[in-house]
Amino acid sequence: MADYVTLAEPYAQPRQQREADFLGMYVFLGTETMLFGALLALVYAYRVAHPEASQVAARHLKIWIATANTAVLLTSSLAVAIAVVAARHGKRRMVGVAFMIAVLLGLTFLGLKGWEYLQDFQEGLAPGIGAPSPLRHGPAALFLDLYFVATTLHAIHLTIGLGALSWVAAMVLRGKVDVPRQAVVVEMTGLYWHFVDIVWLFVFPIFYLARG
Amino acid sequence: MARELRLAVLVWLGLMALLATTVAVTFSPLGPIKPTLNLAIAALKAGLVLWVFMHLREQSALNRLAALFAVAWLAILVAMTLIDLGTRGVAAT
Amino acid sequence: MTAAPLLTPEERVSYLAAGSTLRSWLLTTDHKRIAILYLISITGFFFIGGLAAAMIRADLISPTHHFLTNEGYNRTFSFHGIVMVWFFLIPSIPATFGNFLIPLMIGAKDLAFPRLNLLSWYIYVLGGAFTVYVLIAGGVDTGWTFYTPLSTMFANGHVLAAAAAVFIVGFSSILTGLNFIVTIHKLRAPGMTWGRLPIFVWSHYATSIILVLATPVLAVTLVLLAAERLFHLGIFDPALGGDPLLFQHMFWFYSHPAVYIMILPAMGVVSELVAASAHKRLFGYWFVASASLAIAAVGFLVWGHHMFVSGQSRYASVIFSFLSLLVAAPSAVKVYNWTATLYKGDISLDPPFLFAMAFIGLFTIGGLTGLMLALLAIDVHVHDTYFVIAHFHYIMVGGAVTGFFGAMHFWWPKITGRLYSLTWGRIAAALIFAGFNFTFFPQFVLGYLGMPRRYHVYPPEFQVWHVLSSAGASILAVGYLLPFVYLIHSLRHGQPAGPNPWGAAGLEWTTPSPPPKQNFLTPPVVTKEAYAYPVAEDGDG
Repeated sequence: MADYVTLAEPYAQPRQQREADFLGMYVFLGTETMLFGALLALVYAYRVAHPEASQVAARHLKIWIATANTAVLLTSSLAVAIAVVAARHGKRRMVGVAFMIAVLLGLTFLGLKGWEYLQDFQEGLAPGIGAPSPLRHGPAALFLDLYFVATTLHAIHLTIGLGALSWVAAMVLRGKVDVPRQAVVVEMTGLYWHFVDIVWLFVFPIFYLARG
Repeated sequence: MARELRLAVLVWLGLMALLATTVAVTFSPLGPIKPTLNLAIAALKAGLVLWVFMHLREQSALNRLAALFAVAWLAILVAMTLIDLGTRGVAAT
Repeated sequence: MTAAPLLTPEERVSYLAAGSTLRSWLLTTDHKRIAILYLISITGFFFIGGLAAAMIRADLISPTHHFLTNEGYNRTFSFHGIVMVWFFLIPSIPATFGNFLIPLMIGAKDLAFPRLNLLSWYIYVLGGAFTVYVLIAGGVDTGWTFYTPLSTMFANGHVLAAAAAVFIVGFSSILTGLNFIVTIHKLRAPGMTWGRLPIFVWSHYATSIILVLATPVLAVTLVLLAAERLFHLGIFDPALGGDPLLFQHMFWFYSHPAVYIMILPAMGVVSELVAASAHKRLFGYWFVASASLAIAAVGFLVWGHHMFVSGQSRYASVIFSFLSLLVAAPSAVKVYNWTATLYKGDISLDPPFLFAMAFIGLFTIGGLTGLMLALLAIDVHVHDTYFVIAHFHYIMVGGAVTGFFGAMHFWWPKITGRLYSLTWGRIAAALIFAGFNFTFFPQFVLGYLGMPRRYHVYPPEFQVWHVLSSAGASILAVGYLLPFVYLIHSLRHGQPAGPNPWGAAGLEWTTPSPPPKQNFLTPPVVTKEAYAYPVAEDGDG
């Protein structure tokens, strides 16, 4: 009970299995760190190489939508953190409700992001879409290209997270995942979601706050 | 349980405060240190999320190392690429 | 001593006999069966990549008459590189022997995440399917390195499909590495301390760290390549302020450590083969173990040596050159330790020993020429020539593939429960060693004389070296094909193997051949150091 896992092969002790699960998830998040980190490192290299163009491009990004989205994601992380506490105490419904709130907030993020992309497209910030813009020439275009790649990659990871949160919430509410006996399932899902949040915490200053 | 929930809400409040701070820094006249400052604030936020929300404070030393190793390793990619970029224009004697 | 229940008669049945339906194989979570699934798939790709190599060598026999067009030649060597690097070399030892042996060597019942293990094989197969599509659709001409702006703007092959294939198979690597790291940390049997682990396990641990840290960078690099090609961005286009060299930085940040992914497992194999062949403790255990970690770590710091003539800053190049010289040191340490292990050992001239010797000789030549390439003054002249090709084939083929075949000849009795003809094994080892040198030593000469890589038209004075090389390749091919004959023959006609036909140390040799599904008849408790020789051989007193 205190280890929140149901013992399975090839493990001999629940504690051993729990530590393996956490180590495995952290190593996985380490790989994701390298994925996003390498991309953001590339962006940073371009900002250093083209400081003025990056600033000009950044000023066309929708900083207030992004600030709202940051608050939305941070709140979703709070909801997930509450869900994990609830799981450890066996509060099935609280887990389900907290996860669903996180899903709603995640959908809000995607909605705001979609609205933001629409405005970006109309202004011609994206390659080949919308009115021709002077920003699509030269190094400013590179900054914007990387902005689209990074935020799209993040949105894909977030969507996967939404799927995971919804599925686990359903499993917990239906009793297929038993809390607190199998709370580790909730914990692992939570770790992934928090990571998606952390990626955004870096995307936000590297792109939106580069306006100088 | 109430204690843990209260801690979570406190951390959230701290994160919100840091968000407000970073936006304020952006619009302030602090000049060239702004990017560095904003990255540091981001790291602080990430640290809070990791330490409390992701339960890093409960984990073994090994798991903590696993959580942070990649971040350290990224520094290699960034540093050595910047060495190339930064010294390309430098004339040889 | 744990009083664990002994296995039931059902549980004692070997993993091969436990379930004979296709479903029991395709839905298995048994690491031993997954290893066999991988073995079959990577062998298929070895053949495909080998056929491409045969076409290359055949086309190079004449300086002027070619059966491949220029474009066809470009696509052939590109396909050869992509298949051999990502679909053979990278998974070869880890996904087959690593999967099979790591739980056995540490005294565990399986890997930490058995279902993830099966998933990683299916991901490999999916990536493989994309590769086969690329082959049928006509291939790519960018080289295995996908350099921009050729790949993003000018290449008219199936770049996106090829990039997708590599992107997908990368996740197979990542999951395997993740599984190994957690397994080695968390599933060691009681008494199996880090200091008692076989070097094979240490090597795979170091390899796994590289797998999880480097492969994601390749993934995001390929995403950027695809985005650039699909949406005509300008990230790597100089006309728009982009920098093609940044692609190379990101690509080689993965691809240099990738070569250590390919060689470290083979070095782990050689440590086992040397100790077992000499029937003697491995000399300098902690030196060899730390050398594995050092190679993994320093291997991340040297990638710029692929870019000495690409426009990288001179100062960065100097730093990368220095670090590239440094990374040779831990490899040299291993060679010294193997040699010292053999000294005054009771040596059996069996195939595993011969393959280990071949490895040491060929790897040393490859390594020394690597030092030459690390020196800026030399590299400027031989970059993009056959000298480089010869260097990396000595390491990748002379080293890694030889290690793979050595592992095959050593653990075959354990995996299949059958002994094979040692005479034929010795013949194959000799043919591979001779054929390899005939194929690739002339290429050092060619490179020094100025023959560029990736060209099939060349001055007639180079022909004699190319003919020698192609002739050697035909001997090498026979050497590689022979084991398929006698090893598969042994499955039906080989003598049944006991638990320890070589008299080798290691937990895998204490369990029946082939092992039961649970790996051990009683859960092991480790009291001895690694390589605690002498060990009784099957049939001894």
